[in-house]
Order: sequence, then C-alpha cells, then structure tokens
Amino acid sequence: MKARTRVLIGAGLVVGTVGYLMASGIKDTGVYFLTPTELAQRVSADPSFRDVGVKMGARVVHGTIQRDVASQTIAFKVTDGTQTYPVVYRGLAPDTFNDDVDVVVEGRLMPDGTFRATTLLAKCGSRYEVVPKA
Amino acid sequence: MTTLGQISLWLALLVAAWGAVTGVLGGIRRRPELIHSARRATYVLFGLLLVAAASLLTALLKHDFNVEYVAAYTSRNLPLVYTVAAFYGGQAGSLLFWAFVLSIFAAAAQWSTPKRYETLMPYVAAVTSGIEVFFLATLVFAANPFTRLPFTPADGSGLNPQLQNPGMVVHPPMLYLGYISISIPFAFAVAALISRRLDTGWLHAIRRWTLLSWTFLSIGITLGMWWAYVELGWGGYWAWDPVENASFLPWLTMTAFLHSVMIQEKRGMLKKWNMTLITISFMLSIFGTFITRSGVISSVHSFTESNVGYFFLVFLVLTALGLGWLLWTRLPDLKTEAQLESAISREASFYFNNLVLVGIAFSVLWGTIFPILSEWVRGQKITVGPPFFNLVNVPLGLLLLALTGIGPLIAWRKASLGNLRRQFTVPVAALAVTAVMLAAIRYSNFYAGVAASLAAFVVATVVQEFVRGTFARHRLHGENYALAFARLVGRNRRRYGGYVVHLGIVTYMVAFSGLAFKQQMEASLKPGQSTTMMDPYGHQYTFTHLGISQYDRLNRFVTAASVEVRRDGKRVGVMSSERRQYVNSLNQPTFQPSTEAAIRSTPLEDLYIVFGGAVGNSEEAVYRFTINPLVWWVWYGGAILVLGGIIVMWPGSGPTKASLRRALPGYAVTLAGSAADRD
Repeated sequence: MKARTRVLIGAGLVVGTVGYLMASGIKDTGVYFLTPTELAQRVSADPSFRDVGVKMGARVVHGTIQRDVASQTIAFKVTDGTQTYPVVYRGLAPDTFNDDVDVVVEGRLMPDGTFRATTLLAKCGSRYEVVPKA
Repeated sequence: MTTLGQISLWLALLVAAWGAVTGVLGGIRRRPELIHSARRATYVLFGLLLVAAASLLTALLKHDFNVEYVAAYTSRNLPLVYTVAAFYGGQAGSLLFWAFVLSIFAAAAQWSTPKRYETLMPYVAAVTSGIEVFFLATLVFAANPFTRLPFTPADGSGLNPQLQNPGMVVHPPMLYLGYISISIPFAFAVAALISRRLDTGWLHAIRRWTLLSWTFLSIGITLGMWWAYVELGWGGYWAWDPVENASFLPWLTMTAFLHSVMIQEKRGMLKKWNMTLITISFMLSIFGTFITRSGVISSVHSFTESNVGYFFLVFLVLTALGLGWLLWTRLPDLKTEAQLESAISREASFYFNNLVLVGIAFSVLWGTIFPILSEWVRGQKITVGPPFFNLVNVPLGLLLLALTGIGPLIAWRKASLGNLRRQFTVPVAALAVTAVMLAAIRYSNFYAGVAASLAAFVVATVVQEFVRGTFARHRLHGENYALAFARLVGRNRRRYGGYVVHLGIVTYMVAFSGLAFKQQMEASLKPGQSTTMMDPYGHQYTFTHLGISQYDRLNRFVTAASVEVRRDGKRVGVMSSERRQYVNSLNQPTFQPSTEAAIRSTPLEDLYIVFGGAVGNSEEAVYRFTINPLVWWVWYGGAILVLGGIIVMWPGSGPTKASLRRALPGYAVTLAGSAADRD
C-alpha cells in the first residue's frame, strides 16, 4: 500500500471519529431552546413533550421573585409577553439574576404548569455595561 | 482633548484607506513613490492612533464625565488601575485599543522586517491598513468613544465589579494582543499570495510573529480561566461559553499552523494548507470579536447588542471572498514539492496532529454556532452545552496528547524499525508502568486514567530528548552537564522550547483530568453548625460556620461570611466569602451585588467556598462548598506553556543555516554530532 493511501485511511478515521462524536454529541446532549409561547404550542400539540427537557429563554416578571433561603428555593415568573410560566429553581442564583433580566432556565414543565428548572442562567444582555437605574 | 481624538480618528481613517490603495497599486505597478507612501502611511497611522488613544486615556484620568464612555465605565472612587483598564472595558474603547495596537504591530513589522523580504512589504502595509480601515470605520460610524453627552453627570456609573479584578486588568489586553498580532502573519500570507512569492521566505519572515500571537493567546486564555475561576463564583474555570470558545478557536488553528509550517520549511509540502490555516486563524480572531459584540449568540460576556456586529459580519464575508479568490488564482503556484514517503514519519504525524487540532476547532465552532444553524436549517433552535463539548473533546484531546509524544520522536520522511525502537522503548515503558499502577489503586475514572498514563508517556519522551541531547554534547564537546544542558537549549531554542511547551500541555491535561473528581454540595448553616465533605483522596473536611460580618470598603459595602475549615479534625484555617454591593462616590449602589469566593489552593486540591446569602435577617448562611482537585496545575501549565513560547521566540534564534536546511532521510535519528542542527 502506498504511504499516501495509508495516511488517507488514517485521516478518514480521524475525520470519521470527529464526525461521529459530533453527531452523537448533538443527538444525546442537544436541548430545544424555546420561548414560553413555543413551549405552550408544543405541549398543547403533543402532551408527551412535557417529558422532554428543554431550555426556555424569557424575561423575569418584575416583582415575582420569592427567595426561600432556608430551602434554597427560588420561585419566580417568566414571560415573553404572551405566555407566562411560574418557575421553581433550587440552588444558588447567579449574581446577575434579578427583576426584568433575561434568563435561560433548563428543565421540565410539570403537569401543574410549573417549570421546574435544574439550571438557571441570568443572561444579562449588558453584562459589561452599566445597569440602568430604576 | 476629545476633539483632538475625534479628528485623529477621522484622519486615521483617510490615511488607512490611502495606505491600503497605494500599497497594492505600488506593489503591482512597481512604483517606488507609491510603495514609500504606503509604508509611511503605516507609521502615520501609528502616530494618529497614539494621539487618539492618549486623548481617551486623558479623558478617563481627568474624570471627564461629559464624555459618554467615561461616564459609562468609570466613577470618581474607582481605583486608578481600573480607571486605566476601563480603556478596554467597554465596546468603543476596546475597538480603539484594537486599532491602536494593530498600528503598533503594523509599524513594528514594517520597521523590523529584514530587507530581503522587501517585495512583500507594500502588500503587508496594504493589508494592515485595510484592516485598520475596517476598525476605524466601525469606530467612527458605530462605536465612537469620544461621543459627548448633552449634560455632565456628577459621577460616572463605575466599572462592572466583575471587571474589578487584577486578572481582568491583564486578561483582555493579552487576548486582544493575541488576536491582533495574528493580523501580521496574515498580512504576510496575503502579500505572498498577491506577489506570488510563495517560497518559504514569508514563513521565515513571520516565524516570530506567529509565536508571539500564539503566546499572547495562551496567556490571555489562561488568565481568562483564572478570572472566571476567582471572580464568577460558580467553581469552575471553563464553561464552553461562546466567548471562551472564540478565544480557543484561533489558538487551536495557530497551534496547527506552528506545526505544519515546519513541514513546509523542511519538505515544501502543505503549502495550500498553511495558507488556509493562517487565513482561518485571522478570520476566527475577527469572528471571536464578532460574536462577543453582536449578541447573536448569547453569552455571559455579551456587550450591549449593537449594529457593530454587522460591521464585523460584512468584514468577515469580504475577507473570506477576497482570500478565496486569491487562493484560487494562485493554486498553480502552491504545488507541493515533495510526496509523502511513509505513513510512519514526522510528516505523517504532523498531518494527524493538524487534523485533530482542526477537528477540535471545527467541533467547537459547530457547537458554538449550532443554535443559529439549527434555527436556520430546521426552524428549531437547539442548543448544546458543556456535555457536548466534553463528549467530543475529551477523546480528541487524549488523541492529541498521544500525538504530542509521538510526533517529535519519529524521523523525517521514513522511520526505520531501529529508530522506533530506540525512541519509544522508554516512553512506552513509562506509559505501561503508570497504567498498571493506576489500575492497581483502582483509579476510578477511565479518561482521567488514560490522561495520566499518556502524560507519563509524553513526559518520558521529553526527558529522554533532554537527557540524550545533554549527554551527546557532554561526550562530543567535553562540556560539563550543566553547561551542555544550557547550550543544548540555547542553541536549539525552537526545538527544546517546543518540548517545554509540550510539558505545559501535559500539565494542562493532567489538571483538566482532575475535573472528573470534582465534588460540590450546598448547605444552610447557623453559627456554630458544621457540615462535612470527603475529598477524592479520602480526607474528611469539616466546615463550621462562624458568623456574618458587615463593613464598608473604598467603593463597596461588604457582607462577609466566615467558615472554619478542619481537615481530618486538624484546623486548617478560616475562609471568608463575601457578597459585595458596589457604590459610587455619592454612595448610590452601582450594579447588582456580586459574590467573592473564598479559595484555598494547594497542589492536590482547591477548596472553593461561596456565600450564597443570609437566611432572613439572621446569621444563618447558605454556602456552596466545592472541592476542585488539581486546579492549581492549570495555572502552572499555562506558565510552563508561556515559558516554552518565550524560549522559542528569544532573540538570536532566527533562521540559521542549519535550520534552513532541508530534511534528509532519517534526519532525526542521527543524533550524535548533529544535535545542534535539528529542530
């Protein structure tokens, strides 16, 4: 076998591995990113969609944050203007989490209509910029 | 002062446009007066941007809050060092910083490049000026740091507390220096393409620039990890955030480039590949800035969404089209001079190393932009996070680690069986012994075990190289061992500096494998209450909550919670984590409260304690305790990496006759007598 052929086979193996890892990685770890409205549509079209873990991007409704420090639970409401969901999260919230910030919550919609989040990211669109004074 | 800055920016834009046009015209038409003009434009640009930078700095230092940028990023009580750092803390300032530094590099390149590369220089001037046109246009039309407010606020808003950290003073400029300095090798590549002078000349001209930019990127990435670790309070240093990925991408392609240019220098192969790699590296550095600023991909680092992103997008598309066309028309000039002779050769191992590095880069890029891609293609936004990147990159990283050991030991062109036996006996033995030992102690994580075994393999290859080289010099020149070692490294900086870099990579990989044993727990404790936690080495930690205290500091109000730490019952010390509310000089709160983690670092493991808040008005506190094994080594891995880079770059190691020599068969095998000639 020529050297070139051998190296090409090796290269094929490397490229194949990378491709396989990427494809399976996306299949196994990819998560839908939805707005509250899209989530509502999905669930009403197919109730079993509740069991699929999703990420939801929305804005925290002003004044709805309730922190129970003892049980380390945070309850708040998020909205995209049309659809609103109550969210429950257990754990420490990031520093930027506050009223009216954009958040990304990852978790599941419970049968009672509450979104149970396992991760909470506060996506302060202006993290490096100054926060507008209220 | 700002008027002066404003005028300088406009003049700079005109001069940059002039330089870009005259450089290309002068080069093609061989008009000396145009060539001179283009090269002088580079120096004038530097002068003008120096004035612009100085006027922004003056405005910052004088607390001229009538300037929007100054009011938005500083306040009267901000410590001096952060007031200076605010120069690049915001969008407009960081763009000016970029344009200014590029003008320094461009002038330095014109000034320092030896005369033998003269035919390339007008094009180099044209390319650097062209890049400046883009940055200056963005500054003037979309993000002007000299914009004035209709009124003058009493005090500014202050700098984001997360940026008020020593790491943050040096991390962004280092990363920017890395990004920006890629422009110089890129400019030379384009110059070589336009002028069709595609011999190895341009590669020699950029050798040090490439290394410089790689070293800056390495420093910037390591400092970025450190900043994220001490400042963001989530207990880790790398989250595969889009902006982190954006800094990692050009580092990967530059690393590939550093290796593959050796093949072109020695064998005249991989010419198209090298052109493509340097172009991609440059585009990735622009892409990194683009996703940081556009808000297209959500990230913790995002600046305010603004139309600056579109400037970057247009620039990226134009660069890709222009370079694609240039490469296409120059393909006949980029024919390879030699064929691969064996699949077991230095060339082949470098092919694979490049393939893996670019594979990692591609998967990271793919994961980063997948949310956008999936929305375009399937109308469905799908995101991937750390699990995806770990799944793909852990195996690829280990493959790369193996190649790090294999590559330098295989002979050029064709390795003989004797060569393989001679080079690999000791390293393979080291690998086997480590693997058996780990199995014996029931090392619980497979990947971490593989990483440790491969690390032993690579370290053995490097030690073997150093020992053999030193002994050879001792034998041949009669030098004592210390002198032989010093001269060995001093006279073959590229090679032995490269090995030091490899040691840095090994240190990184071992440190990363510690993540497999990370432990984390949260607890709510009343004063005097304690909780316990086992570390991966079998020691028991006891954390006792001591209480909460509150006090004022220069520009912040601090609430601190303290924990007494015991290890196996023996007192280790008290650790305090803080929640800080920053205020301006009028005592008005700026920003939301931020958390300051308490970190106790040892070579084996870090204790990382975060105070999450007090329960009601009581002294009961919520904590997150993290035990992070081997994190210490991440910082030292970075230091070793940079040390290696500096050894290679050190002045005086420019292309010697020996290093310009082409490879002979079995080149790497003939050690005796020629140790000084190889690299």
